[in-house]
Amino acid sequence: MKLLNVTAGAVIAATGFCSAAFATTDLTMWYHGAGNKVESKIVHQIIDDFNKSQSDYKVALQSFPQNSYNDSVTAAALAGNLPDILDMDGPIMPNWAWSGYLQPLPIPEDHFKDFLPGTKGVYDGKLYSIGLWDAAVALYARKSTMKELGLRTPTLDKPWTKDEFMSALEAAKKSGKFDYAIDLGMSDKGEWYPYAFLPFLQSFGGGLVNRKTYDTAEGVLNGDAAVAWGNWWQSLFTDKLAPGTSQDPAAHETGFIDGKYAFSWNGNWNAVKTMDKVDDVEFLPAPDFGNGSKIGGASWQFGISASSKAPEGAAEFIKFATQDKYLAEFSDALGLIPATKSAAQMTKNYKSGGPLAVFYGLSEAQAEKRPVTPGYVVDSKVFQKAAADIADGADVIDTLDSATDQINADIKRNDGYKKN
Amino acid sequence: MRSSLTSANRAGWAFALPGIVLILAFIITPFFLGVGFSLTNQRLISPNATRFVGLENYREMLNIAVVDLQAKTDSAGKTVTDADGQAEFPRLRSITRNPDTPQYHGMQEWFRWVSGDTAHVVIASDVVFWKALLNTCIFVLMVAPIQAAIALGLALLINQKLRGITIFRTIYFMPVVVSIVVVSLLWRFIYSGQNGLLNNMLSFLSFGHFQPVDWLGNPHTALGAIITMSIWQAVGFHMVIWLSGLQTIPPTLYEAAAIEGSSKWQTFRYVTWPGLRHTAVLVLIVITMQAFAIFAQIDVMTKGGPLDSTQTLVFQAVQRGYGMQNIAGGSAISVILFLIVLVISMIQRWLTRER
Repeated sequence: MKLLNVTAGAVIAATGFCSAAFATTDLTMWYHGAGNKVESKIVHQIIDDFNKSQSDYKVALQSFPQNSYNDSVTAAALAGNLPDILDMDGPIMPNWAWSGYLQPLPIPEDHFKDFLPGTKGVYDGKLYSIGLWDAAVALYARKSTMKELGLRTPTLDKPWTKDEFMSALEAAKKSGKFDYAIDLGMSDKGEWYPYAFLPFLQSFGGGLVNRKTYDTAEGVLNGDAAVAWGNWWQSLFTDKLAPGTSQDPAAHETGFIDGKYAFSWNGNWNAVKTMDKVDDVEFLPAPDFGNGSKIGGASWQFGISASSKAPEGAAEFIKFATQDKYLAEFSDALGLIPATKSAAQMTKNYKSGGPLAVFYGLSEAQAEKRPVTPGYVVDSKVFQKAAADIADGADVIDTLDSATDQINADIKRNDGYKKN
Repeated sequence: MRSSLTSANRAGWAFALPGIVLILAFIITPFFLGVGFSLTNQRLISPNATRFVGLENYREMLNIAVVDLQAKTDSAGKTVTDADGQAEFPRLRSITRNPDTPQYHGMQEWFRWVSGDTAHVVIASDVVFWKALLNTCIFVLMVAPIQAAIALGLALLINQKLRGITIFRTIYFMPVVVSIVVVSLLWRFIYSGQNGLLNNMLSFLSFGHFQPVDWLGNPHTALGAIITMSIWQAVGFHMVIWLSGLQTIPPTLYEAAAIEGSSKWQTFRYVTWPGLRHTAVLVLIVITMQAFAIFAQIDVMTKGGPLDSTQTLVFQAVQRGYGMQNIAGGSAISVILFLIVLVISMIQRWLTRER
């Protein structure tokens, strides 16, 4: 009997040993870029390269359309079906980490020390996600328009002040050549609002929630600085400087290129397309409304699910994918900002003197993350509504008070977003 | 007490089983789950355990109060007026953020009316809910009678033996088979304030005198625009139901009426309309229930804006449950919507009962 046990044990040990040594572990990966051919080609290539480079792990990809990606992840998490590796939008990471969907990356943070701050997803002191790229927003302008209107070209060191910015818009309006002075992208109702417009509020000195305690929005979202932001924001629409919330998405898409708008507050992902059509386009840094020029940071990033059975394998893949050559490849194909300086030098747009190099500087100097809290998912929706309502003419103070109440009620409902 | 249900009728039950299972799984169970969730703090995702909170969600949603604001006075005790000669009132935050009146904390203005030096302000914890409720009721009150009437008119028109009448039937029915999302997208272009079809057409018809209106971007026209489009979209469906009702009326009754020399109106009033009694009940109840569930048009066309002028209950339920991850709050709205629809359907049943 004993002999039998020993034999059985040996057999089991042997098989266990074998599988560890020879068999490959399958890893699943989810990506949000379904429908984007260029993006999916690069992701597939990285996976192929990884699978060929070693024999311990084999990654299989599943792509989702961006619009339904978050819902799919939530549904999968509730059903206990998360993949090993998944990508996520930067600001939503804390919510998923808090909910227990993610585990901290088993990679020393040192490994990513050269990465732009916006590409690192840190929550609760731990690195949960890492991005191959960051995105940035800039003020699109034509050199010819700037010259015609006699405007000083702002620089990173000396951006436009609020007054300079407003007089630039007024000058564009007065010239009578444009439908509107600036296109803010109001038709893009979604995460674009907090991503693109929250930095204005932050530059005024306000914010979405208290970023030290994350337990209230009182005084931050409805304080004097926020009210000043609200009044300025509303004036853009009452003075007909920018198209409002009912802007036609098509006009946002091509308005600047067609010369309908003098300026456009737009993301770098549209830069390549715009450069093709507008020879003398230039990308100006965000104006400084009193507390420094700010733009939003953090784009899509990779992380490892808490339920992954082979986190070391997933980590191997993430390390493999974050090599400079892939960062450069993504950047060349999609116009995104590569996460490291060395990768930037390998790209055609972001190398020193390249046409988009300014964005690398913008991201490095001005990027401020959206609030790093699990409650951001709700805060973002509240901000979207408040910014839209103020643009539509709602009372500024009442709207900000109401948004503050909503955020505070949500924090209370969630016991301060602490883990019980 | 043996009825056909309790007696051995295996085949019948077997046929009914798939339907019963599906209804149980996707309608009855979620309904009870929703009622249950609305009494807890259930979240879409959260690492923390769900807690029973009693009627807290309902209290937060329905909490409403009226407060009075006294006009500002200067040192001489005279009312301060603004440029238009209107009395100036202190801001609402002097009450809702005042430590002395904690009962009003977290409440916002819904609407106000001014009498003399006092402004009566209706404040609610959840103004968006009340606006959504009001909008939904307006939507139903407009859509139900108008859609039913137009559908009946169309049904009478196409209930004739003319050549090519099926072409008209197809045309009127077409919007029904097109996905509501596609229809909403198309109407967004039609309503566009910049160079939408509707503005261009009105401007052409009025020889350029018509000032373009931003139909979906103006709080005064947005709900009306969606009502119009919704009536147009589903009118064909109800037309077909009316049509089926019309065709059940025996032709002999019309012949008899013709022999009696009744006019067109008399024929309609005393032959057609009584014959459509059951159809009318059906059409009204179906339209009412469909109208209360309005969601896709809002989601595609306005997202509840501008200034909450197109918020509706179902849109808010989805927005809260999934957007804000507050399943409990979304469930509470759904339960209230259920109660409203239930009561209205029962009233309709009672009003249209056989006397």
